[in-house]
Amino acid sequence: MAYTEEELKKELETKEYEYGFYTEIESDTFPKGLNADIVRAISKKKNEPEWMTEWRLEAFRIWESMEEPEWANVHYEKPDFQAISYYSAPKKADPNKTMDDVDPELLEMYRKLGISLDEQKRLQNVAVDIVVDSVSVATTFQKTLEEKGILFMPISEAIQKHPELIKKYMGTVVPKTDNFYAALNSAVFTDGSFCYIPKGVKCPMELSTYFRINEGGTGQFERTLVIADESSYVSYLEGCTAPSRDENQLHAAVVELIALDDAEIKYSTVQNWFPGDSDGKGGVYNFVTKRGLCEKNSKISWTQVETGSAVTWKYPSCILKGDNSVGEFYSIAVTNNFQQADTGTKMVHLGKNTKSTIISKGISAGKSQNSYRGLVQVNSRAENARNFSQCDSLLMGNECGAHTFPYIEAKNKSAQIEHEATTSKIGEDQIFYCNQRGIDTEKAIALIVNGFSKEVLNKLPMEFAVEAQKLLEISLEGSVG
Amino acid sequence: MLEIKDLHAGVEDKKILKGINLTVNPGEVHAIMGPNGSGKSTLASVIAGKEDFEVKKGSISLEGEDLEELAPEERAHKGIFMSFQYPVEIPGVTVTNFMKTAINESRKAKGLEDMPANEMLKLIREKSEMLEIDRKFLSRSLNEGFSGGEKKRNEIFQLAMMEPKLAILDETDSGLDIDALRIVANGVNKLRSKDNAIVVITHYQRLLEYIIPDYVHVLFDGRIAKSGGKELALELEEKGYDWIKQEVVV
Repeated sequence: MAYTEEELKKELETKEYEYGFYTEIESDTFPKGLNADIVRAISKKKNEPEWMTEWRLEAFRIWESMEEPEWANVHYEKPDFQAISYYSAPKKADPNKTMDDVDPELLEMYRKLGISLDEQKRLQNVAVDIVVDSVSVATTFQKTLEEKGILFMPISEAIQKHPELIKKYMGTVVPKTDNFYAALNSAVFTDGSFCYIPKGVKCPMELSTYFRINEGGTGQFERTLVIADESSYVSYLEGCTAPSRDENQLHAAVVELIALDDAEIKYSTVQNWFPGDSDGKGGVYNFVTKRGLCEKNSKISWTQVETGSAVTWKYPSCILKGDNSVGEFYSIAVTNNFQQADTGTKMVHLGKNTKSTIISKGISAGKSQNSYRGLVQVNSRAENARNFSQCDSLLMGNECGAHTFPYIEAKNKSAQIEHEATTSKIGEDQIFYCNQRGIDTEKAIALIVNGFSKEVLNKLPMEFAVEAQKLLEISLEGSVG
Repeated sequence: MLEIKDLHAGVEDKKILKGINLTVNPGEVHAIMGPNGSGKSTLASVIAGKEDFEVKKGSISLEGEDLEELAPEERAHKGIFMSFQYPVEIPGVTVTNFMKTAINESRKAKGLEDMPANEMLKLIREKSEMLEIDRKFLSRSLNEGFSGGEKKRNEIFQLAMMEPKLAILDETDSGLDIDALRIVANGVNKLRSKDNAIVVITHYQRLLEYIIPDYVHVLFDGRIAKSGGKELALELEEKGYDWIKQEVVV
């Protein structure tokens, strides 16, 4: 079936839909709804090879047979998957154009988000691959990276240019069958980032991607694949912001990390999707599957600062397959107003002498619910596996909740597993003490929260840590009356 | 400097302060003594502006300005400092970071820029040397795991850093052994000047052997029952608070 694009669009325009633009950038949006034809259309739109289309269709069939999970400690109105548009791309974006050709309005939007694409970023050693709605519109400093043999590009481009790597690795850490949202993502992902660090190469700069949702009613399904070949190193930053929207938006990303022998991947996230207003209206549903695979002597470190989204369902995990591999998870999750977060990690120890560390800091304010859910699993062959977990919860006010669900499964007697947990409340005494020293209540809370989160903030790259600190302050503004 | 007139304050229906009158001039040290439950700590908290207490009548003013409408942090910006009887712990916030924030917030309120880092460093060095404070101490989390003596010494360090007009020391001697008491008292003495004033709240006369007050007031049942010079403290030590009680009844 060789449709032209126009024909395809016409055929799909069965339902009424409107262009609810947030900015005035013209978008190229598919009609709402999901079926095999939409999946094909996405693939076609991206000019994908046949094998990729088939991969997506298989994922779609798997997804159709699955049920949306309900075990998480979150309550929300399930998204109507037929009421979502699965493709939305800024029309004027063209990967072949230079930055001068990029829509000035788009640039203005970046400016508001504090994303500068100019020389500053290079001075800060940050290369940025930006995803607006679903398509990467600008990739910088590819050349610098290319000289080292580092591949850093939109995943759609990687599918075209490096099919061998995509075929070899995509879906190996998070299979299509993994879970409902991962299957959905596999079927309809529109873009994301791809990164490959060759053997023995230390990536000279922090690689950074900013995601954001722009258009109302569009789901965003990014797919990220990071491969660190033997003895290589990369630090990857992912930051998210989204403008206020009135309706719930779905975000179901998949991130796969692969650290081959002796490699190290550091993956840092600052997530600030729209959390809904103070009445709990609107906000993003963030259902993300993130997982890393560690081969021999390798290390994967996840650091996340989660302040946004109405509902978060996210467990960045490590499969410690290789002997002596190390997995780390450092997390700060803030919930305010009516936000709900169910987040944590899975550390699966398969190899010998594998080590994992989990430091989770949950901060709940308003009427929010904040849950830590973690699994430490030690396989029978995993001799001398070690884990240390620490889960701290900080409560503000009397109407929020903090919950901890730690699961431990040890099948090898030599395993050494430690779990520590604390719950505390920001006390009026603490606030008054700060007030008496001339620090107002808002600032006092920021100070206390930053102190509480310090162990995790320290794990973030410098400039990201400053941003994250600001974000913590903004997220908790007005949370103590 | 500090002028308290006919101050009545309490919590809900409970009256705690029942008509306090007190005038503190620059350069003076006043001691407020009294038995447990006489309202000493309440007085300190009310001056600092703690919202748990309701002022029902009377006024407090600092340098002629009525404090009634001012929030605790605004009173701090005006130069009121209180050394806490039970300093709170703030995990993850170092003493240095806390002081930096406190000083810069006060400067901001006065329309000043943040204190430059080198100046801040100099100030910290100077004050920690003066109070014989180990620099390692300054990188520890505020009051977390501090001994009683360390907590109180930290309060006095903050007092030195903030350079307030009026310092209220609420039971600074409680929980201190004699050596710690001497160090804390020496610190306070070094900070005395003709421009600032100190109100020392204490149950025992012990601290007043080191910080010599100009005036001593005895608080009893929410009122100042007796005022005098430093010798009054000795008399109290000798005769006990029952003596005051009898005098009040008579």
